[in-house]
Amino acid sequence: MTGDPIITMNRVSKEFGDVLAVDNMSLSIREGEFVTLLGPSGCGKSTALKMIAGILPLTAGEITISPAKGNAEHDLGFVFQEPTLKPWASVFDNVYLPLRLAGVGRSDGEPRVREALKEVGLSRFARSYPRQLSGGMKMRVSIARALVSRPRILLMDEPFAALDEMTRTKLNNDLMQLSDDHGLTVVFVTHSVFESVYLSTRVIVMAARPGRLVADMPLDAPWPRSEDYRTSIEFTDEARRVSETLKGTLHVDEIDH
Amino acid sequence: MSTKSTTDRTRGVHEDGGAPINIGHLRRARRERILSWVMPITLLVVAICIWEFLVRYHEIPKYLIPAPSLIAETLVRDFASLMASSWFTVKLTFLSLALAIVGGVLLGALFALSRPVELSLFPFAVILQVTPVVAIAPLILIYVDSTFAALLICAWIVAFFPILTNTVVGLRSADHNLRDLFTMYRATPWQKLRYLLAPSALPYFMAALRVAGGLALIGAVVAEFVAGTAGQHTGLASRIIESSFRSEIPRMFAALFLVSLLGIVIFLLTSWASHRVLGHWHESEIRREL
Repeated sequence: MTGDPIITMNRVSKEFGDVLAVDNMSLSIREGEFVTLLGPSGCGKSTALKMIAGILPLTAGEITISPAKGNAEHDLGFVFQEPTLKPWASVFDNVYLPLRLAGVGRSDGEPRVREALKEVGLSRFARSYPRQLSGGMKMRVSIARALVSRPRILLMDEPFAALDEMTRTKLNNDLMQLSDDHGLTVVFVTHSVFESVYLSTRVIVMAARPGRLVADMPLDAPWPRSEDYRTSIEFTDEARRVSETLKGTLHVDEIDH
Repeated sequence: MSTKSTTDRTRGVHEDGGAPINIGHLRRARRERILSWVMPITLLVVAICIWEFLVRYHEIPKYLIPAPSLIAETLVRDFASLMASSWFTVKLTFLSLALAIVGGVLLGALFALSRPVELSLFPFAVILQVTPVVAIAPLILIYVDSTFAALLICAWIVAFFPILTNTVVGLRSADHNLRDLFTMYRATPWQKLRYLLAPSALPYFMAALRVAGGLALIGAVVAEFVAGTAGQHTGLASRIIESSFRSEIPRMFAALFLVSLLGIVIFLLTSWASHRVLGHWHESEIRREL
């Protein structure tokens, strides 16, 4: 169920000093797509994501996000590799943050925060503090915070990289369910071939030095994926195809270690 | 069926937050807390008794080392004059600490917001800090008419610096990703300060407060020493000097005791404040369960 282009990157470049982090990248993402940016470290995938978020300024080119139709407070949600929660604030206050910054009063915001917490399965932990939660739970809080302002676009920067395998699998499934329920467009950065193939409807393979887009690979398997897909032949085939493409982009010295 | 109900029950225990409470552990924690009070107090009492005994046994004259009982007697006898002096020192210390907090936080915020302001003003703050207050105090006493104001300035100079530097570092210590998040959500500068920078700076500020509290008292006492006994209303340091001129050693000890007591009270107050503010989240104030 993909629709009109929602994010358009047109010949985007980003330099940090002398380093060309992203070189002349063009990409069009349609509404409802689940896109992963896959590549080795230093390929500029996080930089591209942060430019879409408006956190990093561009050196050249332009990024357009189609105008929002709804009345969401924020069009974008962002989830970092670390949970990035405020340690001094309760789970409730952490999730309430985007609404507070948008000027939504506490009484209006409260049901929204409760709903977001319920969606990630943390209703009972509204009054806990981040230090009392496990890594997976903190990540769920982070996701609830990103979703509370009802964005159309969810940007995720290797969100599950630091989690153990079982937690990651569970969160992968929950994330697909959530993005399907909300009709979200997701841009997901990862360096895991398996995660990208399992989660997304389209894999963008990137290479380093300079960071650039090398392949755009749509994945046709029905989405959201079921747990069975993980062990199917199709999954293995797709993973091999993506893996080969990724290998082709690496320099010899990178493959060695 | 029976298996299922067993599983349910097991899960129920976990969901009630019911990890079995370790009574032995609790008891040990309480005993440790009591010991942390009882031990030092016992030691102090024993030391005072030994002191009293040695002074009496060797018949040491009171102008050399007075017995604790005599110091206590002096405290009671000179209660009125010592209390007036204590009140003066308390006022001086807390007022200078309050002004150091206001000045340090405001200037620190300014430094954190503007690099040029920091670059141009920071060297002067350093000069003020590294010059010993004893060396500046005579000048300040000459130029400032009111003795109290002059003493206040001296104590302020000493207490101000740690608050300034820690506020600057604290305001800059906010998590980079959280900063990015605030940028993405288009937070106003005020929202950024209120909801991100200020809370991030709190642990640094509270650490500075504990240092500055002690320094304010030191600054107040040192400044008074320089000022001498001039003036009608003077503090505990003036009582010490005055007693030393008159060789009233017990009275010196009594005043010294009050200065120490004030220092302890300040330490406890700032520690308590730090625990109140940071206790629910910051690593430094959280008791780890072992």
